[in-house]
This record gives sequence, structure tokens and C-alpha cells, in this order.
Amino acid sequence: MSKTTRTIPRLILTLVLALCFASCFSSCGGIQNAINPAGPNAANISRLWWLMFIICSIVFVLVMIAVLLSLSKRTTEAADRVPVLEPSEESERRRRNVVVSATTITVIVLFVFLIASYSSGRSLGLNDPTKNGLSIEVTGHQWWWEVRYQDVDASNIFTTANEIHIPVGVPVMFSLRGADVIHSFWVPNLAGKKDLIPGKINTMWIQADKPGVYRGQCAEYCGFQHAKMALWVVAEPQEQFNLWRQNQTQQAVAAASDVQKRGQQIFFSTTCVMCHAINGTPAGSNIGPNLTHVASRHMLAAATLVNTREHMAQWIKDPQTFKPGNRMPQNNLSDADLQALVEYLQSLK
Amino acid sequence: MTVAVDDRELAEAMRQEREELEKTWARPRGLWGWFTDTDHKAIAKRYIFTAFVFFLLGGIEAALMRIQLAFPENHFLNPDRYNQIFTVHGTTMMFLFAVPIMTAFGIYFVPLMIGARDVAFPRLNVYGYFVYLIGGLLLYAAFFLNTGPDAGWFAYVPLSGPAYSPGKRVDIWAQMITFTEISALVGAVIVIGTAFKMRAPGMSINRIPLFVWAQVVTAFMIIFAMPAVMLASSFLASDRLIDTHFFNPAEGGDAILYQHLFWFFGHPEVYIIFIPALGFISPIIVTFARRKIFGYVPLVLSLISTGFIGFGLWVHHMFATPIPQMGQSFFTAASMMIAIPSGVQIFCWIATLWGSRLDIKTPLLFVLGFFAIFVLGGLTGLMLASVPLDLQIHDTFFVVAHLHYVLIGGSVFPLFGAFYYWFPKWTGRMLSERAGHLNFWLMFVGFNLVFFPMHQLGLNGMPRRVYTYLPETGWGTLNLIASIGAFILAAGVLVFIVNAIWALRAGVVAGDNPWGADSLEWSVASPPPNYNFHNLPVVQGRYPIWEATADAPVLRGLSTKTRETLVTSVMDAQPELRFDIPGPSIWPFMVALATGVTFIAGIFTPWAFLVGAILAGITLTCWFFADPNYENKAARDTGEKSHKVAPRAELQPKEI
Repeated sequence: MSKTTRTIPRLILTLVLALCFASCFSSCGGIQNAINPAGPNAANISRLWWLMFIICSIVFVLVMIAVLLSLSKRTTEAADRVPVLEPSEESERRRRNVVVSATTITVIVLFVFLIASYSSGRSLGLNDPTKNGLSIEVTGHQWWWEVRYQDVDASNIFTTANEIHIPVGVPVMFSLRGADVIHSFWVPNLAGKKDLIPGKINTMWIQADKPGVYRGQCAEYCGFQHAKMALWVVAEPQEQFNLWRQNQTQQAVAAASDVQKRGQQIFFSTTCVMCHAINGTPAGSNIGPNLTHVASRHMLAAATLVNTREHMAQWIKDPQTFKPGNRMPQNNLSDADLQALVEYLQSLK
Repeated sequence: MTVAVDDRELAEAMRQEREELEKTWARPRGLWGWFTDTDHKAIAKRYIFTAFVFFLLGGIEAALMRIQLAFPENHFLNPDRYNQIFTVHGTTMMFLFAVPIMTAFGIYFVPLMIGARDVAFPRLNVYGYFVYLIGGLLLYAAFFLNTGPDAGWFAYVPLSGPAYSPGKRVDIWAQMITFTEISALVGAVIVIGTAFKMRAPGMSINRIPLFVWAQVVTAFMIIFAMPAVMLASSFLASDRLIDTHFFNPAEGGDAILYQHLFWFFGHPEVYIIFIPALGFISPIIVTFARRKIFGYVPLVLSLISTGFIGFGLWVHHMFATPIPQMGQSFFTAASMMIAIPSGVQIFCWIATLWGSRLDIKTPLLFVLGFFAIFVLGGLTGLMLASVPLDLQIHDTFFVVAHLHYVLIGGSVFPLFGAFYYWFPKWTGRMLSERAGHLNFWLMFVGFNLVFFPMHQLGLNGMPRRVYTYLPETGWGTLNLIASIGAFILAAGVLVFIVNAIWALRAGVVAGDNPWGADSLEWSVASPPPNYNFHNLPVVQGRYPIWEATADAPVLRGLSTKTRETLVTSVMDAQPELRFDIPGPSIWPFMVALATGVTFIAGIFTPWAFLVGAILAGITLTCWFFADPNYENKAARDTGEKSHKVAPRAELQPKEI
């Protein structure tokens, strides 16, 4: 009997532990969190999550109670000495009723989930994005995001990387492409994910209701540096967004000081120019991120490093330390040259 | 008409028969024997041991990953190493551990449970094992030489294509798939052939043990699922080797086609791993509840419908690609529908346990653990079936949690229960109960500690397959908890290994039927003799041992001088003919070697397939023509029904 008395409390203890764990679901927050929604899409899905979470928890607890109840009668007699039971007709009928009703309830729960899921899915697709002119094309590269703001006016089209600004309160159309392998665009606070597939264009709309910074990350395994392929979405009021956009459409500021001029010269005389573009200068390659307004971005290296002078210098000198395997080579620049280059790049607001 | 003989004479005649059987079914010894032995029990034990070694390797890889992820920006593993490790971990657990070990249980127990002397195709069985072994060795040889595949166990194109995965890493993966496919298909054919045509007389289709039903459903799923992945991996290999463009979007190929082919296999694969485990649960519950199963027919129908529905929901792995609304609704409904047969089974088992006086031994404990873990995993599966919710939690740690709850809870816990339950049958000795309980609790607590926090991590935005994460993400604490849990889980597995080694030397000697169980494998000695049954049983009900009466008939008249076995009809198990089963041969191993050489050389040059065809042709010819039973009379003379064979009257037991 001692075994009997030990097992049930242990099972109950485990159940309690599981419930404690479950309670940590209620803690939400953070800028990369699916149940801390900042837009209608994510809010919609978050509601669906809570519905399913609550119903599933109830089902789980009920099934566990049924299992625990079945353990109420115990014996320590060796199994082979206990005679085989012949349950009565009556008790078998009771069991049948219970099993049939439990199955019926299962079917009903499934229908509730199905309808909830369907209606939630419909409202994700309903919003008409054409009413707003803003359309952003995101292209996934190994391992960074190319971001291109489309416009009917060609002079308003511009390209940036790894940081997307959107106005608060209006739906924005995203068209998603893959340049090399499959990536997946996912900003959990705003919406679910969608794949960027070479040879296809996927579209989705995103709307942020609260101003703020939201972090997203590639969600489809895309090779070596899948882990460090993140991006920021900055949601800001319309006027602020317009200012930002106005600035981004400009060409790069000219190098003013001597140091900056020297930095620009270094940019053109080393490997930098092979991959990066700076609009308004002869640098036009689009293998790496466009650097026309690099100093205006919050982060470097696909949202891996905060954009400071020190980080930028370290990154240029030895990118392989921060993101081993990424496509940017090491640059053996003298300290003075490196400082000049950083001085120039940090002037590109 | 019976002739009375005295007991001593009868016993002596029986002893002589057994001696003859021993000689006829003798297993070859030594190293040569290792390559030629066709005994299904020996092959199955070998499968189980090999698969368990791969399980340990996969577990070590998991532990390495958990060490790496315990802290943000950890430098324990570099990204290249990490990517290889998670790919090899997934590949090992799916292809080299889970599928083979489940098939192995079928190969060991299906003949014993249905009263047959061996499996239907014993030599094919040998071939299947060696092909599997070569595939596993190929993967690990490459992995230790730093050529382990690194494109994930699913190897999505274009990442796995020639442009983005140069070198031979992905080719190793694709060929390893080929080996395990062949071996799984071989196992499936054997299980179906054995279960349908070799059942003891009286075991009509409505008396087949649930374990065997589960194996049969799995075998059919393998036959329909494996060709899809074979297509995917062969197209991939030819894209890489001979510049075809099946999956190259730049040349009109389609990257999504690969995903459809892969998941048309990949989702049924989950059920291929999980359904045999359901077959472990029923006998364990019946034995410890000491009553007939509640709802035999619903349980069988649930298994079969799971097999069908399992093929209708592969697209839920691809909701983010995306899929049109109409298709989404269909696949959501199908994915949720599979909860119905699963639910029915759980309810029937609980109903069986209700009202029984239980002695909670380790096998039952693992089944109870299965209830807790699998039900939770099933419920999170419903969440993943919902398209909108899936778009948030797909490819995050939430899915990592879900799939481990389903696969470890649904398969590995019942598997450990099965180890404890059937260990006495394999070895004749019992595993320690005290260590068994410790083993269970370590695994149960460790498991939940590792995987429960991962649900939260997924919702908090942590994607899968990342080798590290930034400290600012706030994922550190939960990851640390998970990593600590991994070591508790590993300690549980270690206790099992120590327990098994100890039991082999000093375990309590088990009788034929230590648990008082109901199915036929417990009616023979532990471990069973090479010929399994001296007299084939005649089955009188679903629970042959429990329902056997004192004057239970047995089948007489099979030759003791050749490896003769009985072929019966599919539905009613009416005896149809006697059939000589082939014995030991070196040629299956030679064909396996030819297959191995072909596919491994095929990684480097397409000419390998020409040479391989010749090698396989030669070895196969030898396999068939060197068969001592080729000219077998009984096999040709199909008209001869066994019931027409007059049993030697003087050897009939007196009671009949």
C-alpha cells in the first residue's frame, strides 16, 4: 500500500506544477511577442489563442481527473495471481455511455475551434489594403532584409534594409520575395508569419495601432546565420513617418569634412563598394544593404548590433566575429582609415 | 479415432520432436552466423539494439544543443556545428531510431502473437536490417568527418539545392533517406505478409491482437508514404548530381513542390512512429487492468481511420507558404478531425482502467505518463491545425514543444513501457521495479522541464533552429530551465541502461508469463525457442491464454525436419497450405552490400547506378538460385491443404 499512497500525491504534485507552468502564459510583454498584440492582425490571433488555450486547459484537466479516478483501486498482489475480471453488462453499458458522450463533446469542441479559426482567418484576409497607398516590398537575402518602398512617383521609391518604418493606424501592404533561399517574415506583435519564396511573390497586410518598436526575425531556417537575421519595425505617427520618408528619398549627403572625404575615398578604394550602394555616389551595387542613410538606422547587421561608432568600426573590421559565416569579408584597415570610414558612414543620416 | 498411449511414451515422443525442431531451426553461430542468421527474433533484437544506440547518439546531440542554448550568445558550438547537429538529431530520431525500433517490435512480436514460426520473408528481413545499418553508418561516418548534413531534417530547397549547399553534405542526407526507405518498406511488407497469411488457425480477423493491428496499419502507411519522400529525395539528389531542375525556380522548377512531396510523407511519418506505440499501450493496459479491453472494435477502427486521415493533413506544415483560404479550411478540418480517433482511443483505455484493481508496475506507469504528456501534445496540435494561430506559432519553439510532447509522450514513453513489459520475454529476466520507478520519474519530470517552457518561448517569439539568441530577447531564463531539464531526462535514460545491464546479469528469472498476460507470446518459454511454437496453437478467442480451456486443441502435422510453417486465409485464418520458410543465407547481406555500394558511390557519380545494377543483378540471382528450398515440393503443391494431412494419430495428446 505504501506505493499506492506515494503515487497519487506525486501525480497531483505534477499536475499542480503543470498548472504553475501554465500560469506563466498569462505573463506577456516584450517587443517580440505573439500574445502582446500591437495591431488588429495579431490581436485577432491572440484572441483565438486565449479561446483555444482556455478550452484546451479545461479538457486537459478533465482527462487527467478521469485518469486519476481510474487509479483509485489498487492492489499490490502480483498481477499473474489476480483473477481476470468479468465486468457486468451493466457496468459495460455505463462505460459505453461515458465514452460516447466524451466523444460527442470532443466533436463539439472541434467544431467550435473550426468555426473560430475560420472566422478569424477570414477577418485576416478581409481588410482592403488598396485604400492606402503605402506598399513595401521586402526581399529576404542570406542573412538580411532588403526593404523597398514602392510609389507611383518614381522619385519617391527608395531602398533601405533591416528597418521598416510604418505609419500608425493604417494598413500597409507588404509584398514578400526570396532572393536566394526561403525565408519567413515574422513580426509577432503585429501579425503572423509568411514565407519569402524564390520565384513567388506573397502579399500580406500589417497594421500597427500603437506607436513603438517591434522586433521581427526570420522564421524559416535559411542556413548558417538564420539565428541572426532580424529586423525592426518602427511604427510612428503619420507626420513623423512622412518626415522619415522624406529624408529617405533624398540622396546621400555629400562628404563635408576632410576626414569624411578620406572615409569616402576609402569606401571607394576598398571592397566596400563591391557590394554596397550609396545613392548620389557612383556606388550602386545591391549585393549588400543599401547604405545611403545607414546612420539613421537603429541597428546594424540585421538587428544584431546597436548602431554606434564602436560597433560599426568593429563590424567593418571583423564581421565574422559577430556573425560567423556571413557574406561580408574582413577588412584589414589601419585604425586611422577605419575611423575615417566610420566617420563618413555615420554622417549618412 | 484416438489410440490411448501411456504418458511416458508421449512425453518421450514430444521430446524427440523438440530435438528435431531444434536441429531444423538451428541458428548459425559465430561471425558467419551474424551475417547469415534469419531468425526473426535475432534480427529484431539487433534492430532494437542498433536503434537504441542511435537514440543515445541523438540524445547526446540534443544535450549539446541544450548546452549551447542555455545562455544567450553562448560560444559552446559554432553555427556550422550547431546546424549539423540539429539536422543530424532530427534525422537520427526520425529515420534511424523511431521508425526502425517500432518495426523491430513488429518483427519480433507479430509472429509470436499470431502463432507463427517465423516471419513471412525471413531473408528479406536480413536484407532490410543491413540496408538500415549501412544507411546509419553512412550518416554518422559523414557527421564525424564534418560532412554531416546541415539543411535540416526536412532539407528544404533551394537551401539544400546545389547553389546554396555545395559539397556533399546534403547528398549524404538524401542517400541516407534512400537506405531507410528501403528498409522501412521491407519491414512493412514482412509485417503485412506475416499478419495476413500466417496467423494460427482460429485467429480470424476479429481476433487479431491490437498490437498486430497497429503494426499492420503502420505497415500500410509506410507503403503509401515512403514513395513520396523517395521521389523528393531522388529529385533533390538528381538536381545536385546531374543538374536537373525539378526544384530550381530559375529554370521553371518549383520549390514548393518539394515541400508537398516531403510532407505528404512527413506527416504520415508521425503516425508511422506513433501508431505502433498505441499497439504497446493496449496489451499493457489489458494485462494490468486484468480485464478484456473496452471497445476492441472502436479501437481497431480508430487505428485504421488514423491511418487514412493521417494522409489528409500534410499541408498544415505549409500554412505560411501560403495556402488559399479554401484549402486552408479543408486542411484545418482534416487536422482537427484526427483528434476524434485519438480521443476515442484514450477514452476506451481510461474506461478499461476504470474499476480495475491496479498494481502500478513500471510498464503501466509509463502508460499513465503517456496519458498526461500525449493529451497535452494533442491539444497543442489542435492549436497548430488552426491556420491563423499556426501563422504565429509555426516554426517557433512552440512547435518544438508540441512535436516532442507528441513524439516523446506518444512514442518514447510507451516504448519504455514496452521495454519493461517485454524485457522478460526477450531475456528471461525481469528489470528492477525500483529502478523502473526512478527511471520513470526522472524521465517524466525531466521531460516536462525541458519542453513545457518551450511553449512560452515560442509565444515569446523565439524561432526554431537558431544557434543562439541575443540577451535582450529575454529568452534566457526559460532556456536555462529547459537545459537543466535535459540533464534530468538524460539521467532517466541512464538509469534504464544500468537497469538493463544489471538485469541481464542478476535480474529475477522470469517464467513464461510473469505478468499473467493474455496473448500468445506469453505461452512460450522466455526467451522463446528458435522455432517459437512446438505445436502451433489453435486460437479460440481474442485473449488466447485467458480463454484457453484445459482441452484446447493444437495444430499437428507440420514437419519437424524442414522449416515448415502454415499459411492461412486472410479473413478466417483457415489453414490453406504448408510452406517451407527459407533458412540462413549469406546472399541477403551481399545484396545489401551491393545496394550500399551503389547508393554511396551514387553520391559522387551517376555511373554508380549502372555498376550497381549489375552487382545487384548478380547477387540477387545467387540469392534466388542458391535457395535450398527452391525446389520445395510443398511450396509448389499449393493444392495440398493442411487439414487433409493426417496427423500421426499415436502422437495426439490423450485429451482430444
